[in-house]
Amino acid sequence: MAEHVNIERRRQAIYGWLLLSPAAILLTTFAFYPSLATFWDSLFSRETRRRPSEFIGLENYTDLFADPTFLVVVKNNLIYAGVTIPVSIGIALGMALWANSKIPARGFVRTAYFTPTVLPMIAAANLWLFFYTPGLGVLDQIGSLFGLPSVNWLGQPETALWAVIIVTIWKEAGFFMIFYLAALQTIPEDLKEAADIEGASRWTYFRRIVLPLLMPTTLFIMVNALINSVKLIDHLFILTKGGPNDASKLILYYIWEMAFAFFDAPHAAAMTIMVLLVLGIVAAVKFTILDKRTHYQ
Amino acid sequence: MSSLSRYIETAGALLLAVIWISPLVFAFWAAFHSTSDAVNFNLTSAWTLDNFRTAWDGAPWLRYFLNTFILVTVILIGQFFVTTLAGFAFAKVQFPGRDVVFILVLMQLFILPEVLIVENYAMVSRLGLFDSILGVGMPYMASAFGIFLMRQAFKGVPIELHEAARVEGCGWFGILWRVYVPLARPTYLAYALVSVSTHWNNFLWPLIVTNSPDTRPLTVGLSIFGAPENGVDISVISAATMMSVAPLLIAFLVFQRQFVQAFLRAGIK
Repeated sequence: MAEHVNIERRRQAIYGWLLLSPAAILLTTFAFYPSLATFWDSLFSRETRRRPSEFIGLENYTDLFADPTFLVVVKNNLIYAGVTIPVSIGIALGMALWANSKIPARGFVRTAYFTPTVLPMIAAANLWLFFYTPGLGVLDQIGSLFGLPSVNWLGQPETALWAVIIVTIWKEAGFFMIFYLAALQTIPEDLKEAADIEGASRWTYFRRIVLPLLMPTTLFIMVNALINSVKLIDHLFILTKGGPNDASKLILYYIWEMAFAFFDAPHAAAMTIMVLLVLGIVAAVKFTILDKRTHYQ
Repeated sequence: MSSLSRYIETAGALLLAVIWISPLVFAFWAAFHSTSDAVNFNLTSAWTLDNFRTAWDGAPWLRYFLNTFILVTVILIGQFFVTTLAGFAFAKVQFPGRDVVFILVLMQLFILPEVLIVENYAMVSRLGLFDSILGVGMPYMASAFGIFLMRQAFKGVPIELHEAARVEGCGWFGILWRVYVPLARPTYLAYALVSVSTHWNNFLWPLIVTNSPDTRPLTVGLSIFGAPENGVDISVISAATMMSVAPLLIAFLVFQRQFVQAFLRAGIK
């Protein structure tokens, strides 16, 4: 009997690993090994025709912190994250509240909010190009109705990053809305009735009941928005190419440029490792703290 | 009072909806009008298909469409195969090291393929897959997210069905194929919609790995077509953009409920 159990256990182990092997091989090839290799490469100097690559420790990292472009890019990305995360979450919440209330044309409203989600970032950038083009663009035409001068939204350092930020918010708010919408629909009606009987105002109801109940959703969306603030850079290729003067350059775009335009893989690797570190911290916070705290629902 | 605030709210909701949809509406309008009519907002001007003709002749769009179609299909088939097996292993098979490996898989949720472009490019080149559709698709096939989703779906299958199938003489793969896969159909559908729309729209990685019109997907083709160096005007770019988003956009408008449900199911597990 005990032997039978043993055989069964061994059989399960073999099956388990067999079933896992395709995933294990692919994940090793395209996630784990590349992560380690990136770290390894970030410790070596760039290979040129005259000098072979040699071990230089953390020099690539110190180089980056001495590189003014890198510092600008980090600052840009912090602004990008700091604005797109709260603003798109706020708009998403507003959209969800509206799309959930009994208003006319609710179907149209929901569709309009969600549609940008299914468009590629490249297409979104093309659409917005029509808004931002100086002189001919929609924004300038509206401005000229009020006698405002033409603005080169994408071409000047003060506005380029903001133009990019707006496209990102436009793209992701409707996506986040659906999670709020689903969460709102799980809030029982009697809570609203109880609040009404108690004479609570709509604002109090929203702040004391709806908002806390939406907290797990908000945290989930926040993690997604954070990842997006690293990942969503496709529109830069169309709108600004990171310019003018690096004013709208974000870190993933800089990694791409470093590796595939300047052919400087070691510095690109060092930047990649830093991004992975940040994502790792986000992951650790999510899995240890957030997942425990939000399971009360 | 409350009816007044309801009017204001309705107006706000509609205004935001109009703002949100306006880039798409403007591009749609521009695509069907000559450039000068489009930028002057000449509302009474004639509609035309010239922009589409110009755009269509300007790039091998048919090839791009085909490439994107093959790409999303290859990725989806690969993902279904890999995530079904792995999800089943994590949900229903007891083996040593399972939990450790599962945490490793979850880590991949944060090691974005987008961030590892440099090494993955080297890897794809080493495997001889540079400038091939398989090279674009491979890094996405073992999706941690998909494995997680399948694991959840399979965990919900009652063990009685599993036992019943075993009594009937089904082996492991038979049980997986005849019991689990059919029962997880809604999850597959949701995952398929999310996967297809993600990879239909993906740009950075395909940009790096493809180098010829024979492999380039729509997004990369569109970005090259719209590059300022090519000097294409706004109406023609709008036409090209409309053309390349049309299949997914129309599918979304028709199957809206399914799309939204799919994204929800994929997000909130």
